[in-house]
Amino acid sequence: MSINATTYAELQEIAGRYPQARSGLLPMLHLVQSVEGRVTPEGINACAEILGLTAAEVSGVATFYTMYKRKPVGEHHVGVCTNTLCAVMGGDQIFAELKEHLQVGNDETTADGKVTLEHVECNAACDYAPVVMVNWEFFDNQTPASAKQLVDDLRAGREVTASRGAKICSWREAERVLAGYDDGRADEGPSAGDASLAGLKTLEGK
Amino acid sequence: MSSPITPVLTANWGTDRSWTLDAYTRQGGYQALAKALTKSPDEVVAAVKDSGLRGRGGAGFPTGMKWGFLPPYDEANPTPRYLVVNADESEPGTCKDIPLMMASPHTLVEGVIISSYAIRAKQAFIYVRGEVLHVIRRLRAAVAEAYAAGHLGPDSPAGVDLIVHAGAGAYICGEETALLDSLEGRRGQPRLRPPFPAVAGLYARPTVINNVESIASVPAIIGKGADWFASLGTEKSKGFVIYSLSGHVTRPGQYEAPLGITLRELLDLAGGVRHGHQLKFWTPGGSSTPILTDQHLDVPLDYEAVGAAGSMLGTRALQVFDETTCVVRAVLRWSEFYKHESCGKCTPCREGTWWLVQVLTRLENGQGNAADLDQLLDQCENIAGRSFCALGDGATSPVVSSIQHFRDEYLAHLEHGGCPFDAAASTAWAPRQEVHA
Repeated sequence: MSINATTYAELQEIAGRYPQARSGLLPMLHLVQSVEGRVTPEGINACAEILGLTAAEVSGVATFYTMYKRKPVGEHHVGVCTNTLCAVMGGDQIFAELKEHLQVGNDETTADGKVTLEHVECNAACDYAPVVMVNWEFFDNQTPASAKQLVDDLRAGREVTASRGAKICSWREAERVLAGYDDGRADEGPSAGDASLAGLKTLEGK
Repeated sequence: MSSPITPVLTANWGTDRSWTLDAYTRQGGYQALAKALTKSPDEVVAAVKDSGLRGRGGAGFPTGMKWGFLPPYDEANPTPRYLVVNADESEPGTCKDIPLMMASPHTLVEGVIISSYAIRAKQAFIYVRGEVLHVIRRLRAAVAEAYAAGHLGPDSPAGVDLIVHAGAGAYICGEETALLDSLEGRRGQPRLRPPFPAVAGLYARPTVINNVESIASVPAIIGKGADWFASLGTEKSKGFVIYSLSGHVTRPGQYEAPLGITLRELLDLAGGVRHGHQLKFWTPGGSSTPILTDQHLDVPLDYEAVGAAGSMLGTRALQVFDETTCVVRAVLRWSEFYKHESCGKCTPCREGTWWLVQVLTRLENGQGNAADLDQLLDQCENIAGRSFCALGDGATSPVVSSIQHFRDEYLAHLEHGGCPFDAAASTAWAPRQEVHA
């Protein structure tokens, strides 16, 4: 697959947003993933051409960051936090049970191409531990049972909504938002979850 | 007794559609910007200096002083200078900036405009970690609203442009010079200092980099006054901050209070350690700050007192672990994190974090020996102070402090031939412990 004219123009547009074009490289690589399902050699070449870099320079950047994938990602990316706090609160057990349930290892995709499972580092939601991310949306206070239900729903194509966020889109659609192309869904979801309001709630009735 | 909770940054998080310009403006939003614009930029800098605001991203460096390091602005020959907001919140345990930007992105946007005006920057950036999709949606929507309302843009009163930039997954990009390299489209690796970013930062131009909470505090300082801000907190640690409680706590979450509150007071507000259990160890400000124990419940959580207790205030990320938690497992997992996130630029951190994981794995599995503890401390000595940036120092904090406080527990792993703890007992769904009177 090669980068088509529309995508190429969008890559140029991203580079044009910044005082210096190379600053656009990270969002450009997000856009490549949204179109190609991973960072492909064709995508790397297009970025290099637009920014006047070598393919090696772009590859050097793409391989540094964990969100960029060299293997195709499934329709949904499921990330289980196994950093210390989430791990202790049950993230380790959730991840182990999901691996068994989906019959995949870390950073692998289910046979139906629906779900890529990965353990992720701290995602800044420790007060909702254990946390699972779907396409980088928060699923708070998970259990092995709720996480298995979640991936079953994703695989069955049922509608799934984040704990603090929007109705779940695909991983590729999420990558497009990260590239800077809004999907107009900022107004979905609550202002905050319960834990975010814990301090405020101590004042209620006073 | 009056509550120690002082909602300022968190005050509007519970209101309907709090993230919209409409809701924010109805609660007095953007009035601080209007007030700032009646002052000269230097007066705004002076107000931030007078407030005593110290960086909320972990290091606690005085924000106004950081701004003051910029070279004098040459009216006759203006050259670009930049404000960059560090929204790469990734320090394990830290979870305050993400809910702030989710619930009230306009607080940050207003802070960005006032701060840019103060330092005479015409271009600002919010570098937000990529793994928080909905936060990025909310930030972008807020920026678009602020442009439409005439708060942002070259023709706005402050004349500031603001770009929301999504990262791509790298803890090291929270280090300010690595963040700049990343924002320039490179691998996020820290730079040698000097020159400091104030002199040669983004695109080698004068640049100020501040944490989300620091910049979000600026509207309140301007709106309510530096004196009001400085009246909160302790002598050297002024103002209010967000304390983030997580782990084995009855009601984990965000608790905004003046600097100097203690963990005991915070636990009282949060319903205590979970029912039937006792505090074992905790981090005052993320995994890079040495762990403390139940001996430190009454340490005022400000920069000075936590430092005197042998740790660091960091990001006020209070990760609380009860007696069911194996400290060796916890430290091993943090070490695996540092190993994964070490950028590879310098040898002590790249190789050292790798070795820490090797030795800790052996110990957790009961396969090591008592000499391994000295080996670990020796490795830490070769990392801390010898690494290129603070990531390496941070990696040694949990190791050294856990051996200091829990040496016997390491040894118990050797006697037991493995981990003596039941991991299931520490999970959120562990059967409720019955308390016998």
